[in-house]
Amino acid sequence: MIAINNYLALASILFVIGIFGVFLNKKNIIIILMSIELMLLAVNINLVAFSTYLNDITGQVFSLLVLTVAAAEAAIGLAILVIYFRNKGSIAVEDITEMKG
Amino acid sequence: MIVVNLLFYLFSFIMIASAFMVILSRNPVHSVLFLILCFFNSAGIFLILGAEFLAFILVIVYVGAVAVLFLFVVMMLDVEFKSISSTVISYLPIGMTIGVIVLAELMLVLFTWKRDYSVTDNLSITSDKQYSNTEIIGLVLYTDNILFFQLAGLILLASMIGAIVLTVNHRPSAKRQDINKQVERDAENSIKNIDMKPGSGI
Repeated sequence: MIAINNYLALASILFVIGIFGVFLNKKNIIIILMSIELMLLAVNINLVAFSTYLNDITGQVFSLLVLTVAAAEAAIGLAILVIYFRNKGSIAVEDITEMKG
Repeated sequence: MIVVNLLFYLFSFIMIASAFMVILSRNPVHSVLFLILCFFNSAGIFLILGAEFLAFILVIVYVGAVAVLFLFVVMMLDVEFKSISSTVISYLPIGMTIGVIVLAELMLVLFTWKRDYSVTDNLSITSDKQYSNTEIIGLVLYTDNILFFQLAGLILLASMIGAIVLTVNHRPSAKRQDINKQVERDAENSIKNIDMKPGSGI
């Protein structure tokens, strides 16, 4: 059996790649949403790895719920993206400055 | 055994490489396709871990629904293909700082973590070989975790209503069904007798 540290290292590398994607990406929001999906996937790998190694099914059930929430979040995010593009004609991150944030 | 190890490293390598390509590729369509590759490889890793149900759910839900939704949106919106390198320089220091800090913290946790063997209260039925993985999840999900299951359904309903409300497009020119108008109609107002001459249209 592969040591659990390998799975945890894989998940943490994937999570950091997701963080990089959120920070370094300034061309469009779709890539940022995909980076968030990558981070949720890393969390799922952690949950499933611990579920297997601790011999407890609750981690997999929780991972299923994370999948559900991720799907809902992707649907809402893409819907907001579509109406934003319909109103402004651009989804570049630099152009989204209405809130002065 | 060695085959499983090799498969794990193969899946992990392809997964990390495709995750890098997701955030680095110029074309958003390529990003979505690399995301799909990443999901397939993580499904392989779930299979190695023995979580078959989640592996197939990942392929069906993520690749079949979410990634295709991303693909639709990417192709529907007219986004220009700009290279990441033009804008990456100004955000590289802050991103690198935060990324390195998070990675260092995660590695710190990873290499000092020890399993606490006293925590064995809730260890249940996964080692029971008479049920498959899917049956075990079903046995737990619909009994002990029924509240979370229902809440997940509620979240999906709310997100579906939200997405529809956000994207619905009321055009005044579009013909819609008007119930009041339909109910008000009667034969006297809607039927007209027209005296037509033979050979001519209306």
